[in-house]
Amino acid sequence: MGGIPHDHYEPNTNGEKWLHKRLPIVGLLYDTLMIPTPKNLNWMWIWGIVLVFTLVLQIATGVVLVMHYIPHVDMAFSSVEHIMRDVNGGHMIRYFHMNGASLFFVAVYAHMFRSLYYGSYKAPREVTWIIGMLMYLIMMGTAFMGYVLPWGQMSFHGTAVITGLFGAIPFVGDSVQTWLLGASAVGQPALNRFFSLHYLLPFVLLGLTIVHVWAFHTTGNNNPTGVEVRRTSKEDAQKDTLPFWPYFVIKDLFALAIILAVFMAVVGFMPNYLGHPDNYIPANALVTPSHIVPEWYFLPFYAILRAFTADVWVVQIVNFLSFGIIDAKFFGVLAMFGAIAVMALAPWLDTSTVRSGRYRPMFKWWFWLLVVDFIVLMWVGARPAEFPYDWISLIASAYWFAYFLVILPLLGVIEKPLTPPATIEEDFNAHYAPKDGGAAAVNPAE
Amino acid sequence: MFRKLTLTAVTTLAMATAPAIAAEVETEIEDYAFSFEGPFGSFDQMQLQRGLQVYTEICSACHGLELVAFRNLHDEGGPGLPEDQMRAYAEFYEVFDQSLFDGEGDFRPATPADKFPSSSLSNAPDLSLMAKARAGFHGPAGTGINQLVKGMGGAEYIASLMTGYHEEPECAADANMDGQYNVAFAAGGFPASCIDEHGHHMVPGSWISMSQPLYGDDVEYADGHSTDLEHVAQDVAAFLMWTAEPKMMARKQAGLTGVLFLTVLTVLLYLTNKRLWAPHKKKH
Repeated sequence: MGGIPHDHYEPNTNGEKWLHKRLPIVGLLYDTLMIPTPKNLNWMWIWGIVLVFTLVLQIATGVVLVMHYIPHVDMAFSSVEHIMRDVNGGHMIRYFHMNGASLFFVAVYAHMFRSLYYGSYKAPREVTWIIGMLMYLIMMGTAFMGYVLPWGQMSFHGTAVITGLFGAIPFVGDSVQTWLLGASAVGQPALNRFFSLHYLLPFVLLGLTIVHVWAFHTTGNNNPTGVEVRRTSKEDAQKDTLPFWPYFVIKDLFALAIILAVFMAVVGFMPNYLGHPDNYIPANALVTPSHIVPEWYFLPFYAILRAFTADVWVVQIVNFLSFGIIDAKFFGVLAMFGAIAVMALAPWLDTSTVRSGRYRPMFKWWFWLLVVDFIVLMWVGARPAEFPYDWISLIASAYWFAYFLVILPLLGVIEKPLTPPATIEEDFNAHYAPKDGGAAAVNPAE
Repeated sequence: MFRKLTLTAVTTLAMATAPAIAAEVETEIEDYAFSFEGPFGSFDQMQLQRGLQVYTEICSACHGLELVAFRNLHDEGGPGLPEDQMRAYAEFYEVFDQSLFDGEGDFRPATPADKFPSSSLSNAPDLSLMAKARAGFHGPAGTGINQLVKGMGGAEYIASLMTGYHEEPECAADANMDGQYNVAFAAGGFPASCIDEHGHHMVPGSWISMSQPLYGDDVEYADGHSTDLEHVAQDVAAFLMWTAEPKMMARKQAGLTGVLFLTVLTVLLYLTNKRLWAPHKKKH
């Protein structure tokens, strides 16, 4: 795979040969597991395994939760408490599932920013990136609908706010919102369909995971240098790579064990820290929580949604040019989805010929500023929409768009990149030079 | 650990005297030291029993605990009443049973399988989950550090609310507010006369419709524990923490076991990984 020359599966026993002729499934698994992988992958290449693990964890715990959960507006809340109090081990399963969502997003953000830094989205891996963005969108939808199911105050009023976003679409907004909710307001039809989709979408994610892996197994992995594996001969390729099993499986499992130890501490000792206490109050349409805040992983985009108020001049100009069709509310919705869309377009916005940020002296600064920007947006998204938070969120939102729409295209033109090493082997050996050698060139970026 | 902390809650106050405005409400929550804080903290069984007594004699007059079953009082990691005491406690309550009298229903003494009654007053919220539903002071500045570092949660809030009834501030003297002034309560009414020209509240807290439930010496403890206001408030707060999170002990135990197991696994995988890669990293 990946055009990288390597040994393929050969059925040895008669039984293997018999099966291989009829269904080459062992060969498929063998080739997938033994794929030549750049041997210089660093610790930011572990998040894929963490994500696969988390998806399986969420499906496994979710299937058990569904055995006890009742998707009815009068019983959903108490059925979750029934799980917490009366089901054997139910409190742990539910806390695993609840905090598993957070682990999922920690991993996906690390995975995405790794791609952004090392240029993993660039040719020829654009399709992997686009599928990844699609999975991220589905993840967000799944997480949001899962948050609705306990039918607490934040579930209920959060649903009203989020579906209200679609209500901001000009002309058809109200109809779209009613169609989404199955009624004119949040209630039983919304709960039922969100439950249905919350069960369905993880399996869509599972399918897309396979396509995602298929795509980068076709192009080969990126690596911290961004330099391609030599495909000139099997010997050359073997100098740049090691098979995924056992080298990277064991490495990834080691990293996964550390992450799970932290995860276990969160679940065991502070399982409600990342949640919102208002969701332990049963949903009540008549009482609106004083401060409706989404879960932490939505906050950066929630901040962008709220940043563009009617007094911002960009909003006013767009409002004027569109004859008032695009008002501030709809502008905010467009900005929120636009923030993800510009990220998806990164492969075509980035004009640099060098793939890895390690060899791009100017890019590095802008990239780390984007990371800081993301954290600032996350913080400001949970603050009330008033001075100075409104200004902070506006500036931070502006930088998010500027990074993708202005900085990435410009940098490729004005930046003078360093020369990456000729081969992956060279990078690997420089990293692990003998101690007496002394002149080891340590990676400038890490 | 009785440090005074000033916390900020954001709330929209709907007031009769002024249009609804969003304002930052300062509340005073004391960082009480509860026995169940931290990874190794556990419920104090005697404190939970005292808290149950306070709940039974005072809170239950208006409030309910509809998610808690009487049998839970006998559960491990909780108040741990002996089974005969738990049964006797349950019989002390009457519950309505629809299956009696050929479906017409009638009252009967509660059994261990029954749940505590619901609130008897419509504006008295159920207390089962109160300690988890009121843990929302994620300060300072929304960073969540108070919860993380000080372990502050809903139990601190409940105890502070019980001890937070103060004399009305001077600025409210002519306001004729409904309810009582409480420095720990954020969501209540607030007189316009206590808001300065910048829209800031001049005094912490707000006016709560629940009249002061505890004054000190409200109950008589069989174990001779102090019954002053601070202690009684902490006892009932601890009890409500248990009703909100009855599996806390089992959860921390599982967390500890899990962390230890995963630490051992991490060490083994580290050694495996090191050995596996060694020949490739030392070629030169």
